[in-house]
Amino acid sequence: MKFVAILVGGILINNFILARFLGLCPFFGVSRQVETATGMSMAVIFVMTLASFITWLVQNLVLVPLHLEYLQTAAFILVIAALVQFVETVLRKTTPNLYTALGIYLPLITTNCAVLGVALLSVQQHYGLVEAVFNGLAGGMGWSLAILLFAGIRERLALADIPPAMRGWPIAFISASLMAIAFFGFQGLFKDLFLR
Amino acid sequence: MKLVVSSSPHLVSPESVPVLMRQVVLALLPALVAAGYFFGPYALFLVVLSATTAVACEAAWQKATGRPVSVHDWSAVITGILLAYNLPPRAPWWLAVVGSAFAIIVAKQLFGGLGHNFINPALAGRAFLLASWPAAMTSWVTPFDARTTATPLPLLIPKGQELAGVAAPAYRDLFVGSVPGCLGETSALALLAGGLYLIWRRVIDWRIPACYLGTAAVLGWVLGGPRGLFRGDPLYHLLAGGLMLGAFFMATDWVTTPVTRRGRIVFAVGCGILTVLIRVYGGYPEGVSYSILLMNLATPLIDRYTVPRQFGAQARKPAASRGGR
Repeated sequence: MKFVAILVGGILINNFILARFLGLCPFFGVSRQVETATGMSMAVIFVMTLASFITWLVQNLVLVPLHLEYLQTAAFILVIAALVQFVETVLRKTTPNLYTALGIYLPLITTNCAVLGVALLSVQQHYGLVEAVFNGLAGGMGWSLAILLFAGIRERLALADIPPAMRGWPIAFISASLMAIAFFGFQGLFKDLFLR
Repeated sequence: MKLVVSSSPHLVSPESVPVLMRQVVLALLPALVAAGYFFGPYALFLVVLSATTAVACEAAWQKATGRPVSVHDWSAVITGILLAYNLPPRAPWWLAVVGSAFAIIVAKQLFGGLGHNFINPALAGRAFLLASWPAAMTSWVTPFDARTTATPLPLLIPKGQELAGVAAPAYRDLFVGSVPGCLGETSALALLAGGLYLIWRRVIDWRIPACYLGTAAVLGWVLGGPRGLFRGDPLYHLLAGGLMLGAFFMATDWVTTPVTRRGRIVFAVGCGILTVLIRVYGGYPEGVSYSILLMNLATPLIDRYTVPRQFGAQARKPAASRGGR
């Protein structure tokens, strides 16, 4: 039950983009087309899940025993950046197909604040290892849901007769805020599930 | 001789946007009568104020931005009426004004006006008001004597147990509309009359209300009971709350719902599922408006993946036009 709660919470209720407003740069940057948004989504799900796993290990096997919790932010950023570079190299050598599918997006999300955010939130919630990995997976899936919906909307807006002053970024921001208002509908969903 | 080059269809039809919009306004009138009868003249005043604000905002915006003024197409009137129908009957007057202005300017005109918005303007206005003034948007009154009360909706679901002392209204009251609720949503009878008229005149596609109501009834029966599965009351789920108003008048908006037949079915079923989920498990008593808004977000993707196969095209190829990879 707890895993279901983490999944639903991460995807719908505490959606990283539309409720927590984290990871917005790639959300706006690569949402012009559904294809690129799909590639980015895969990369984000992959990295967020993996980063949750590694940062949990770093937190509980290195930082806590050595009483170095104050280095958490710096350590997590370093670990995530190194991890993504490492994964990229390994993928290029071992599975070129996946590497070309993820393409430029893999290095792009090294500095995505949603990845750091999910790691820090897992620590805050005192999650166990499996829960933390699920949290990363759910966060990535929620992020992907938001960017895929947004990319569909932006493809449609490309054909709309938008007033000149609003074209481009302004209307993208307004669309995203209207999406966030719609996602208010998920507030409080399955509350009983979380209390258990 | 003047030759016009245009894409198909080339049929000449007396149906135009204003004609269709006027049909919708006509279909909304029975609910207006019901609102006036049950909630008094102030409810009528709110509807008129909201519709006037919507028209005024649209005209002012189009004047200010140098666009052709298109308020005679009646679409702003519909947005104004629908927004007012989603307000509590004793809502302060400025709520109608602010909501209407938000709906027309932010949700519609900033995107280029009629046909370009991706989200239902009236529902966006309602969601904006609910987020900004939650107390004013959820203070319900009883019909006729206007005593403060709760809507009948929480009574059917487990989370409303604190209201257990209140008796659930009879089906007859729910059907006719003499129950608390938003001013235009209570009378299932009046909304059904308007909705069936629109289906008869083929203004709206029957698939959307049919699939929406069907899904909500089935899921309401499966999940909606106070104890255990398959204990829900499907009729109560259909008649209570804003389901009729949403299914006939807001989930059928031509602009913000899919254009393909399969897409409309997906859209309507999705609305039904989300409505019951929010009603039974959500933080709000009613899920109709949010479920339609959420499915509005998915509409471009639904359209994209339900494009019908072209005649003679290979079945295996994806029919959607994709950029070269």
